Amino acid sequence: MKVLGIETSCDESAAAIYCDKDGLLSHKVYSQTVHSEHGGVVPELAARDHIRKTLGLIEDALSEAKCSKDDVDAIAYTAGPGLAGALLVGSMMGKTIAYAWNKPSIAVNHMEGHLLAPMLEDSAPKPPFVALIVSGGHTMLVDVQQIGEYRLLGETVDDAAGEAFDKVARLLNLGKYTGSEVAKIAELGDKKRFKFPRPMTKTRNLDFSFSGLKTKVLYEYQSIENPVEQDKADIAWAFQEAVIETLVKKCKLALQDTRLNALVLAGGVGANKYLRQRLAEELGDNSVFYPRIEFCTDNAAMIAYAGWWNLSQGRKDLSLAVKVKPRWKLV
Amino acid sequence: MKILLEMKSEVKYIENEKETLTLGKHISRHCSAPFVIYLSGELGMGKTTLVRGLLSGLNYEGNVKSPTYTIVEPYELNNQEVYHFDLYRISDPEELEYIGIKDYFNDNSICIIEWPEKAKGTLPQANLEIEIEQYQHGRKMTLVWKD
Repeated sequence: MKVLGIETSCDESAAAIYCDKDGLLSHKVYSQTVHSEHGGVVPELAARDHIRKTLGLIEDALSEAKCSKDDVDAIAYTAGPGLAGALLVGSMMGKTIAYAWNKPSIAVNHMEGHLLAPMLEDSAPKPPFVALIVSGGHTMLVDVQQIGEYRLLGETVDDAAGEAFDKVARLLNLGKYTGSEVAKIAELGDKKRFKFPRPMTKTRNLDFSFSGLKTKVLYEYQSIENPVEQDKADIAWAFQEAVIETLVKKCKLALQDTRLNALVLAGGVGANKYLRQRLAEELGDNSVFYPRIEFCTDNAAMIAYAGWWNLSQGRKDLSLAVKVKPRWKLV
Repeated sequence: MKILLEMKSEVKYIENEKETLTLGKHISRHCSAPFVIYLSGELGMGKTTLVRGLLSGLNYEGNVKSPTYTIVEPYELNNQEVYHFDLYRISDPEELEYIGIKDYFNDNSICIIEWPEKAKGTLPQANLEIEIEQYQHGRKMTLVWKD
């Protein structure tokens, strides 16, 4: 069975073909650049750019996979969570193509896609495991007893970890205000100069809070007269260290509480090299699973896979109505 | 004859997070739907904390997530709705029409709006404008009530 996956929930347009026999046949991603001058994703610009790019990506994905429309058995598209306008573009395309080709379609939860992304790798984890999904919009720990059976262990009570990175980029006035710039400059930072609190690590609870860290960053930054790049790097290091140590501690706690021994790392912040390194150090290489970097960020390979899995469980869209779920909860 | 809007302005000095929460609770006693609040202040000033205090004053005790990525976070309370907006990522007020912003402002809703200046002209008048600034080691909060 071959599934075409379509992803347009935020600022990446993507298409991919997954085959249950041969694995991933192709995947194409276009990262939007229209937002760079705005310091963050602009919802309306995102939706318009998806309209321009997504059909071309679908054609490219089909040709790279050497598939015609007759070879595709179903279409999976992200229906949420995400930006309403952006989701509408992919959902509308997915349903329309399914109707025109007379194939079934299936709405996919973007977070389930992230959670299942490591399944596309050769060393795929086997449930049960704990998943840390950490991105610009989400920070949550999920107990995965089997695919499709999820229990929320903890989540952020305010800002997501990726959002905290993005906002610190803004506070420190770094490049294009993206969290990855904080991670980049942190590599040059003095590891001893500043120490920020590890929010909510004194309790056994598995929730996160990253909003207060911004304020700490702001205070330290303001207390420096005429800050130079090195000062920013030192603050960025201390901030990243605080976030990552918090994430690592909570992951360990989650594994203890559930008595599981495998951790799956997913979502955009999962691309952070230092987070990967620290998790491997603390939990052991064999216990941590993550997808390749390009499948941490938004992509359609994970959507095609999650779509295939749901279809294999007998689910599919039952009507032609296009309905997006910007706040669709995984659990 | 000119009709002057009645305005009452007050300034509060806040030392810490706890006092921010208390002020939020205090403000909530004066909010009943329909009500619109503009909330201004830079990153890290405690806007989310103030909103958490305000929601707890309305008997909501769950998480108060940042609306930065979702634009709006809705809260369904007993008999009214509260909507917490962050318009930072809006580049053109017209975008707000597309997300159906008018539907959020109804007789049953309290709307709290961060970065209201991004929506010039498309938002209803505020009943309360709050500005948070840094003041020594705490915060200066200016509340302007409009009636």
